Amino acid sequence: MQESLLFGRLTLNAFKRDAIETSVGVSILIGGIAIIALLTYYKKWKWLWSDWLTSLDHKKIGVMYLIVSALMLFKGVVDALMMRAQQVLSVGDSFGYLSSPHYQQLFTAHGTTMIFFVAMGLVFALINFIIPLQIGARDVAFPFLNSLSFWLFAAGSILIIVSLNIGNFSGAGWVAYPPLSGIEYSPGVGIDYWIWSVQISGAGTLLSGVNFLVTILKMRCPGMTLMRMPLFVWTTLVTLVLIIFAFPILTATTGMLTLDRLFGTHFFTSDFGGNPMMYVNLIWAWGHPEVYILVLPAFGIFSEIVPVFSEKRIFGYVSMVWAIVVIAFLSFIVWLHHFFTMGAGANVNAFFGFMTMIIAVPTGVKIFNWLFTMLRGKIHFTSPMLWFMGFVIIFTIGGMDGVLMAVAPVDFQVHNSLFLIAHFHSVIIGGVVFGLFAGFTYWWPKIFGYKLNDKLGEYAAFCWIFGFLLAFIPLYILGLMGATRRLDHYDPATGWFPFFAIALAGALIIFLGIGLQLYQVFTSFKNRKELLDTTGDPWNGRTLEWSTASPPPFYNFAVIPEVHERDPFWSMKHKKKQGRPHYHPIHMPKNSAVGIFIGVFSFLFGFGAIWHILWLAAVSGVGIVACVIARLFNRDTDFHVSVEKIQRIEGR
Amino acid sequence: MSTKAKFVILLLMFGLVGAAAIGYVWFADIAVLHPKGVIGEKQRDLLWIATFLMLIVVIPVFVLTFAIGWRYRAENAKAKHSPDWDHSFLAECVWWGVPCAIIVILGVYTYKGCHELDPFKPLEAEKEMTIQVVALRWKWLFIYPEQKIATVNFVQFPEKTSIHFEITSDAPMNSFWIPELGGQVYAMSGMRSELYLMANGVGEYRGSSANISGKGFSSMFFTAASTSEEEFSSWVETVRGESPSLGMEEYKKLASPSEYNPPAFYVLGDDGLFNWIVMKYMMPMDGSPHH
Repeated sequence: MQESLLFGRLTLNAFKRDAIETSVGVSILIGGIAIIALLTYYKKWKWLWSDWLTSLDHKKIGVMYLIVSALMLFKGVVDALMMRAQQVLSVGDSFGYLSSPHYQQLFTAHGTTMIFFVAMGLVFALINFIIPLQIGARDVAFPFLNSLSFWLFAAGSILIIVSLNIGNFSGAGWVAYPPLSGIEYSPGVGIDYWIWSVQISGAGTLLSGVNFLVTILKMRCPGMTLMRMPLFVWTTLVTLVLIIFAFPILTATTGMLTLDRLFGTHFFTSDFGGNPMMYVNLIWAWGHPEVYILVLPAFGIFSEIVPVFSEKRIFGYVSMVWAIVVIAFLSFIVWLHHFFTMGAGANVNAFFGFMTMIIAVPTGVKIFNWLFTMLRGKIHFTSPMLWFMGFVIIFTIGGMDGVLMAVAPVDFQVHNSLFLIAHFHSVIIGGVVFGLFAGFTYWWPKIFGYKLNDKLGEYAAFCWIFGFLLAFIPLYILGLMGATRRLDHYDPATGWFPFFAIALAGALIIFLGIGLQLYQVFTSFKNRKELLDTTGDPWNGRTLEWSTASPPPFYNFAVIPEVHERDPFWSMKHKKKQGRPHYHPIHMPKNSAVGIFIGVFSFLFGFGAIWHILWLAAVSGVGIVACVIARLFNRDTDFHVSVEKIQRIEGR
Repeated sequence: MSTKAKFVILLLMFGLVGAAAIGYVWFADIAVLHPKGVIGEKQRDLLWIATFLMLIVVIPVFVLTFAIGWRYRAENAKAKHSPDWDHSFLAECVWWGVPCAIIVILGVYTYKGCHELDPFKPLEAEKEMTIQVVALRWKWLFIYPEQKIATVNFVQFPEKTSIHFEITSDAPMNSFWIPELGGQVYAMSGMRSELYLMANGVGEYRGSSANISGKGFSSMFFTAASTSEEEFSSWVETVRGESPSLGMEEYKKLASPSEYNPPAFYVLGDDGLFNWIVMKYMMPMDGSPHH
């Protein structure tokens, strides 16, 4: 391909699109212009910049994670709907409305978006907002680093969105196995978009991992020993350890793939001594822990919700903690179960199969502990508990066929079939997504100061559960019928059509559920006066985040709480009120724009690397380093909140 | 909405979809569950054993979820409320212990299954035949080294004969899968993987690639025909009689990207073709074939 000095391999061809792609691109442009116009009309630019974009407040960063991830969720769901529609339309003589390359980009983008930019983003939204509050801290250990993590995450997501308009995305699947993802078979920019969006947001995730690990270990309030931490804090702590061990593997692996593609090295090529099987091992050495990085926080959320909505202490706390730790340990020695079919040999397969099955034990323990938390409780079946009910059933189904696939010879018959797709959607939607929805419903009043309309939440939960069953139970059957994943066309003689049609109907019901959730957020915001949380404790909560106002003041706690047992707020409520609090000046970080600058430079660096625009990559690389140096030499990064100001805020 | 209504809706949703799915799986002739080959049958047996073992835990979970939820709903004033009860040594021993025991039993089955059903392990059968498989962009090439013929997107073999598939790829990684006969194995360039399958009787089965391999991936399916010994022999004769030759030149043409290739038949023009395809990635400096 001819490359120019100024634009690299970016030519006008990169903007050529078919009708569907154009409509997507145009709607993104219209959306962007509308937002800019609204901000200008209401003169909100300064507010946006100084209250949000440059904020180092963990709560605001959490909300920004939520907004980006919600937008990406919408994109990911549309990807999914388009895929299912193609599979219904493209049978026999008809080839549907999407070309094969377009379809392949859709499923790659769907997986990448949902894992890296939706699930991870939503998990970090909650971790950001809730963890400092639950451990009685005023901020995270490194507030600036936290802002930087978010902006790297945002830069990665914008790269994916840009690929919709300029060039195209990868079509090699969300884990991009070589040699398909190598330069020989995929010479275009698609793989590079995938690499750099994952690489940049992955760096942000790793920084967050370090940041929150230090926060949890060093910033717990007096008296909160490790075994007094709420279980959401425990699951997060273990998740962060997983991130710190796993994400460098991802960085190194995609880094080597980049070297293969850009500089002709032979780490993962089929020839000249390279070994694609090594890539498959490495990507899953990251990829399997990644699954637990997502699901452990969801376990933590349910461990908070079930006791509160059952008015009862969590059952078997110590068991729960050990279960989390055992799951985390095992998650690093099971990666080979993603490719039993590579022919590693009977003993290797048996070992990894057995390790995989063992994970079912601590996971099952957690489910029984939740059920026994409900036993002899007073259970309120509002929407968080409906998500929980859906979770238990669907996640258990997913767990069961997970164990099934750990039996390597059985896996040979379902590997890469739609059975596998149904399995991991059962655990990721049933586990992670339902957990996150329950968590956002539960913590919404803490984050925004008003509750969500629960009736709409219940309808949405029913839509999601029913839609899920219709969308994915047929996929189990299709897999057993021999339907493989990622097909954009099949023969009617296979008899698959009715099942794909049911699956599409299910996907549409899920989409209806999302519509209800959007309406729920909208109408709850509109009627927020009636749903206002004036006490800071709308659910009769048990943990520290409910002891402060909703939404919390920017310093979280006027007086750092002191903890004497688990469920500290529960016992505080049942003790006599203490006298007037005694305030001290509070030490807080100042806003910083360096995070967003580094985010912009990272985006430009990624864009330059993707399109081989050398000068752009070089300039933005220098820009990143300059920003870091400037931040390091800036001594004016913090301030003290005066006692008068605290009294004024607390007195309101 | 009352708690009762919520329970009814949940139970209806799970119950109806569950019953429909279980009913269909039970009665329909589903490839993996009603295989036509000895390997597939053993894999199917393992699947059911594992499923029933897990149901020992899964069914109680389903029942407890709804039973406990209903009994201890906030509206039920008769139910006991013990807000501080959070531990039972015996109960926790049960739910650590019972699943562990099940996993150990399942582990034994897995270990034995991994060895017995190792795809590289030859089958105990009276007759054996080798077929070499090459994944190309985007079609399957089958080479019969003993019969000296080759086919594209169609493979025929005699029933009740252990078929020794030697599998490689001259394309991105694919996975070779005939669900009705048994499980799959990856096809990788520069590698030679093996898979032994055997059909119990006469029949035609769908085979495909199970791993994304680029633009024409969806067209990488083929027909696997199991016939009687005599029919197979006469088919070989027909192919040998009226097909073009597949030498190195024709192979290179065949290996260039194409989609939805109809079945094609060749007389094998070069005995070393399969080895050359494997070895060209091992010794890429050699460049051209050595014959």
